[in-house]
Amino acid sequence: MSQKFVSPYDHHAPAGAEDWKALYPYYMVFQDNLRESEEAKFFFCDSQHWPNVFKPFDAITVEFAVKCLGQYNTRQWLIPPANGIDFKIHNGYCYMSPVGVSPELIPDRVPQFLERAGFYFQNWNDLLDNWHRKVKGVIDEMESVTFETLPEVVDIEWVKGGVGLDPTYHLIHNYNKMIDLCYKTWMYHFEFLNLGYAAYLDFFGFCKESFPGIPDLSIAKMVQGIDVDLFRPDDELRKLAKLAVELGVADTIRENDLDGALTALAATDAGRQWVAAWEAAKYPWFNFTTGNGFYSSDKYWIEHLHIPFGYVQDYTAKVVAGENIDRPTEAIAAERDRITEEYRDSLPSEEAQAAFDGKLGLARVVFPYVENHNFYIEHWAMSVFWRKMRQLSDVLTDAGFFADPQDMFYFRREEILNLLFDYGRGWAMGVPSIGPSYLPAEVARRKKIVDALATAPPKPAFNEPPAVVTEPFTIMLWGITTESVQGWLSSSDNTNQLKGMAASPGTVEGVARVIYSPDDLGLLQDGEILITRVTAPSWAPVFGKIKATVTDIGGMMSHAAIVCREYGLPAVTGTGSATTTIKTGDRIRVNGAMGEVTILEAA
Amino acid sequence: MKPTLFFDETTPAEYPVLGGKGASLASMSAARLPVPVGFCVTTHAYSAFLHASDLFDTILGLVNGIDCTDIAGLDRQSAAIRQLLLDKPLPADVDAAIRASYRKLCSMAGMDADLPVAVRSSATAEDLPDASFAGQQDTYLWVVGEDEVIDHVRRCWASLYTSRAINYRRNQGIPEDDVLMCVVVQKMVNARTAGVAMTLNPTNGDRSKIVIDASWGLGEAVVSGEVTPDHFLVDKVMLEIVKATIHVKTIEHVPDRINRRVLTREVEAGRAEKPSLTEEEVKAVCRIAKTIEKHYGCPQDIEWALDADLPAGQNFTLLQSRPETVWSQKKTTQTPIKTGMEGILSTLMNPLASKR
Repeated sequence: MSQKFVSPYDHHAPAGAEDWKALYPYYMVFQDNLRESEEAKFFFCDSQHWPNVFKPFDAITVEFAVKCLGQYNTRQWLIPPANGIDFKIHNGYCYMSPVGVSPELIPDRVPQFLERAGFYFQNWNDLLDNWHRKVKGVIDEMESVTFETLPEVVDIEWVKGGVGLDPTYHLIHNYNKMIDLCYKTWMYHFEFLNLGYAAYLDFFGFCKESFPGIPDLSIAKMVQGIDVDLFRPDDELRKLAKLAVELGVADTIRENDLDGALTALAATDAGRQWVAAWEAAKYPWFNFTTGNGFYSSDKYWIEHLHIPFGYVQDYTAKVVAGENIDRPTEAIAAERDRITEEYRDSLPSEEAQAAFDGKLGLARVVFPYVENHNFYIEHWAMSVFWRKMRQLSDVLTDAGFFADPQDMFYFRREEILNLLFDYGRGWAMGVPSIGPSYLPAEVARRKKIVDALATAPPKPAFNEPPAVVTEPFTIMLWGITTESVQGWLSSSDNTNQLKGMAASPGTVEGVARVIYSPDDLGLLQDGEILITRVTAPSWAPVFGKIKATVTDIGGMMSHAAIVCREYGLPAVTGTGSATTTIKTGDRIRVNGAMGEVTILEAA
Repeated sequence: MKPTLFFDETTPAEYPVLGGKGASLASMSAARLPVPVGFCVTTHAYSAFLHASDLFDTILGLVNGIDCTDIAGLDRQSAAIRQLLLDKPLPADVDAAIRASYRKLCSMAGMDADLPVAVRSSATAEDLPDASFAGQQDTYLWVVGEDEVIDHVRRCWASLYTSRAINYRRNQGIPEDDVLMCVVVQKMVNARTAGVAMTLNPTNGDRSKIVIDASWGLGEAVVSGEVTPDHFLVDKVMLEIVKATIHVKTIEHVPDRINRRVLTREVEAGRAEKPSLTEEEVKAVCRIAKTIEKHYGCPQDIEWALDADLPAGQNFTLLQSRPETVWSQKKTTQTPIKTGMEGILSTLMNPLASKR
């Protein structure tokens, strides 16, 4: 293979961002003295999970997540051919490089893998029950943590109790505790995920071999769950809309903003009943982000109640108009059974049917985790984590450290400890902290760098790709194959036609709406085609409005794909460049069965 | 002992007198599959014709005396036997029955007379899964009028005695006194597009696929191999086109109504390279192919056409279906499938191979 991607050492930062490296930990950037060994590795950009430039603090998510992914492969399961994923931040984006195992070491790992992973597969449901208890425990612990402005004096009760500590101790302790709990959260995130994907891939591979050319979608549909926790938040909104109509308060909800509605509803029995249901739905289901949980800027419903309320208003209008807004779960289940039976009947022998049953059975046991973990970790746990971090930044903002609470996230997690010590130190000595005078210029400097980094898109990959991609996790978790890497190398410039994953079948034509931020979802008009970088599960309510979805990033099991299949909408995911190629107002055709998007008429 | 039987009035007990093709059409008709209307001139009719005189013994004597290694002699005797069959008058009741059935067919298709029909042979030995010599008997298209129908029925009968057919039976050890023939008379389809569909992938035996070969005009262009047809590989479960290969289809067979014949003509440049089926039509063909396979309970090899005279959605016409013979008889020699943890291990070790 002669074709190569650029070396990260030759891929320079955009103007104004030259000093970007110091924003991130030294081990997460390409070091000059390691050029030779780093250039020998193939890195691909993970814009599927981290599409945007990291603020320094936010790098915690990739750092914890990918490290924890690795610990399971390398040290817990001993996945025979695969260790962890090496990762770097370069020019603000993150790049992954899977770490293989030397062939001579593989045989010794096999028996250990069989014992270790075998135990988890055999005891999956019990271990998963335990997982739910552990994760709930971590979330409760995070919820119990508070950050408060340092008091004028130490509490008299502490004095009389002989505590011998001051509140700065607890401030620092609580911060460390939150980081520790976040770290734990990410360990739990990967406790089942790699094995879940492995079982899924085993069934996937069996289908590809038995039914050459089988659409990926068919396999996804056979495995996909029906009652998925990830759909619960959206289901709660639908229930609230139906309840509003039943209780006769639909007009109050449709004609007021949230505060106005709550005030008006409080005046009647029916209204109070609805408000009680609204309150009950919030926890945990509104711990749901319009982003993906990986950025401090992600918005969660529970802190932005007008977002779910707006969706309830939309749903209510539909119920009033006589539409059935229930998810067609029975039809989906019946279709899943039909598909499964027809493929099974196509197999040539009873032995093959038995293997099909076994592999599908296991895939269906493990796959709910793959779908649901996202709610518990990225949504619920990270909702609490970011909320508490914002509480802390509010404290520091009140103390004069920042002009804007978002500023805290321009500092690395270990730098925050310095800030907290500075705050406590000044408080203890009775002198002003240094931060308020030192930090504004530093924040401004860093902001400028981050903004400059965001002006340039990431490269798809660095260095020389392997001749064939065989690394199982690259294929499973990122959907990257030999073909897709070749595609990046030879990306053509036919701007009227985009190719992506055939994620949900059907062909429609319509007007495109390019959405760059979840804040703009309100701009979507009925019957438009949503074009976006990535979608999040919490966008589900807008899927009732649109005709089709096209994303830059994501595979067969991406949120956009799963939700579109639920709604029976065509979807093409992972086009790479839909948001930069298509303009709002363009007339386009989306062929979800072939994974093709065509611009018919430019706006 | 009826000399003719309409597809939709036949009971399964009567299938043996219809030959392979005729029985198949009758059973499809009974299953409400969209076959064009028609009737069979049963093996009783042929038998009555043979036995109305000493024709049967004459032919048997002649054919059993042939030395198949003597090509010239075989051809000469074959021609002589066929001439006998073409010259001999039909028994009056058989002649009357065919004429009456043709008139009835005309009225079923909404015409007073002169309905264009296809006249096809349907031998009893043909279409047996292990003795497939499909195509060895004749098919006549665009036949119009009572006299012509009778004439072509005789030609079908005569086609039992082509050199090729005689030689084939000799090689296969099919006894000559067992050979009978039914003739199918069926409304002619004015095919815009026609072709074949198989309810498995013939390249690998994968039964979750349907393959379709399609070209412009009547299906003869596809069956005879005169054009390279469009090829569609379709997922049978999802009815999704996995692969479409569109070829330049240079000629087509179309009915020449005025001259009562089939015309072979060049396809104009703009159309030749266009897909002969839309995506929707591919799906429609597959939907009916699935129904047909279900009806027979085994993979099928189907000839079909889209009738230009019928509205979209109702234009699919099933011409013929027979069991697929190659893969259905193959013993599957599969490498043992790794299951459980062994399966997962092997997937992790070689995820690429398993994705092929």
